[in-house]
Amino acid sequence: MNVPRHWRETPERYRMEAAKCRKCGKISFPARLICPECKNKVFDKINLSGKGKLLTYTIIRTAPEGFVDIAPYAVGIVEMKEGVRVMGQITDCDLLSLKTGDKLISRFRRINEEGKTGLIMYAYKFVPDVGI
Amino acid sequence: MKEIAVIGIGITKFGELWEKSLRDIAVESAINCLEDAGIDRIDSINIGCMSSGLFVGQEHLASLIADYLGRLDIPSSRIESACASGSLAVRSACMEIATGVSDYALAIGVEKMTDVSMGGATYALATAADQDYEAFHGITFPGLYAMLARAHMERYGTTREQLAQVSVKNHYNGSMNPNAQFPFKITQDTVLNSTMIADPLRLMDCSPVTDGAAAVLLTTVEQAKKLKKHPLVVITGFGSATDSIALSHRKELTELQAVKTSAAKALKMAGKTIDDIDFAEVHDCFTIAEILVLESMGIIGKGKGGPATVDGYTALDGKFPVNPSGGLKSKGHPVGATGVAQIFELVNQLRGNSEKRQIPGVKAGLAQNMGGSGGSSVCHILELK
Repeated sequence: MNVPRHWRETPERYRMEAAKCRKCGKISFPARLICPECKNKVFDKINLSGKGKLLTYTIIRTAPEGFVDIAPYAVGIVEMKEGVRVMGQITDCDLLSLKTGDKLISRFRRINEEGKTGLIMYAYKFVPDVGI
Repeated sequence: MKEIAVIGIGITKFGELWEKSLRDIAVESAINCLEDAGIDRIDSINIGCMSSGLFVGQEHLASLIADYLGRLDIPSSRIESACASGSLAVRSACMEIATGVSDYALAIGVEKMTDVSMGGATYALATAADQDYEAFHGITFPGLYAMLARAHMERYGTTREQLAQVSVKNHYNGSMNPNAQFPFKITQDTVLNSTMIADPLRLMDCSPVTDGAAAVLLTTVEQAKKLKKHPLVVITGFGSATDSIALSHRKELTELQAVKTSAAKALKMAGKTIDDIDFAEVHDCFTIAEILVLESMGIIGKGKGGPATVDGYTALDGKFPVNPSGGLKSKGHPVGATGVAQIFELVNQLRGNSEKRQIPGVKAGLAQNMGGSGGSSVCHILELK
């Protein structure tokens, strides 16, 4: 991963910045140039609350390069409070007791790192929302 | 628009072909195809290949394959839509014939996957997902289909045993296919006791990493009628559609919209309904995929794919045989070749040449091939005339 490729996604990865269509109100994450619902091209930036519920998930046992050290780990699709869906890892929980419908909240975490001298990539992961 | 006939089919053995290169297998399938047709003329080459760049570091297949076929003077192109690349190459060849640009159009599907490590293959395959918002988070293809499987199981009560039966059925069919990578029968226990890859999917729910190539030669029906070598097989419909690349952008997780749309388009073009089709080759990259595809195309009702498989509805001697070739699971899944290999099986079945796995009396078949987690899908309808 080169630096600009990760850096240009930081609004989405660091603060879950999404785009809300000014015409129909549909939220897109990540931001798009054309609204998939009404084809409008004008958006307002919003930050997602990070709160949502788990729609479906898996536990990755055979991991791709860069993720072997953390396997097994859970990845799921979370439906955010705002209605938009986001894929991400689910952590800080007993993987085997995860259930669809669980309430989750996003946290800023390390996703991957490229050895001792490479890029360290941070983004959201989801953890159980215990209401603290 | 001119009517399209398939007059030649060729395939290589599917498997770990360490002694053969990408160009070797692509050309071998084309030679077999031209010999089958009894014709030595090609007006255009349409190559389906997903990721030769990542698998063997080779792009520019248009030139490479044309060169090694000894046809440097004709149009050659590579078509890519992840695992649907092969059927999209067939569609491209159909366009060549339908528009009259080519009198004889060759479609080749090829993938050489075993020159990289398993990690390298997993990485290359994951490029069919959204790199920045799916693969970035450590998801794999088994993982994406595992999420679809969980959604289907929770919504419809589909069981682990029902999923396993898809694999058992396809291995049974594949045990009679001499070109298959894994031509042997397995039991439900083999699937349920295999290594967990991405819960709830296990190793024997997953199609393998495979080297292989397949080719078909198309011409007009008018021209094909003059050739008496084989029974006349006509492509009467084709349809292609897309869906969001990222699973998180789909409204529905228990149906594949691109599959539904592509099948409907192909059937409409052929002037048929799904009830007029006798059998199908579908994209069973994972056991859950076959169930999702059959339900999305309307071959089986929503949520009924698991029970129907257990009841033998899709078995070789069932009411609607699915994947007589052994499917991707047993035959192997050289990603770019798969769509063309499905057409190979359809033509062989319609000609009545499938030997031990021949379905008696079939007149119309459907091939369904998809890319990624269903982000693209291509269907073809073939009929015996």
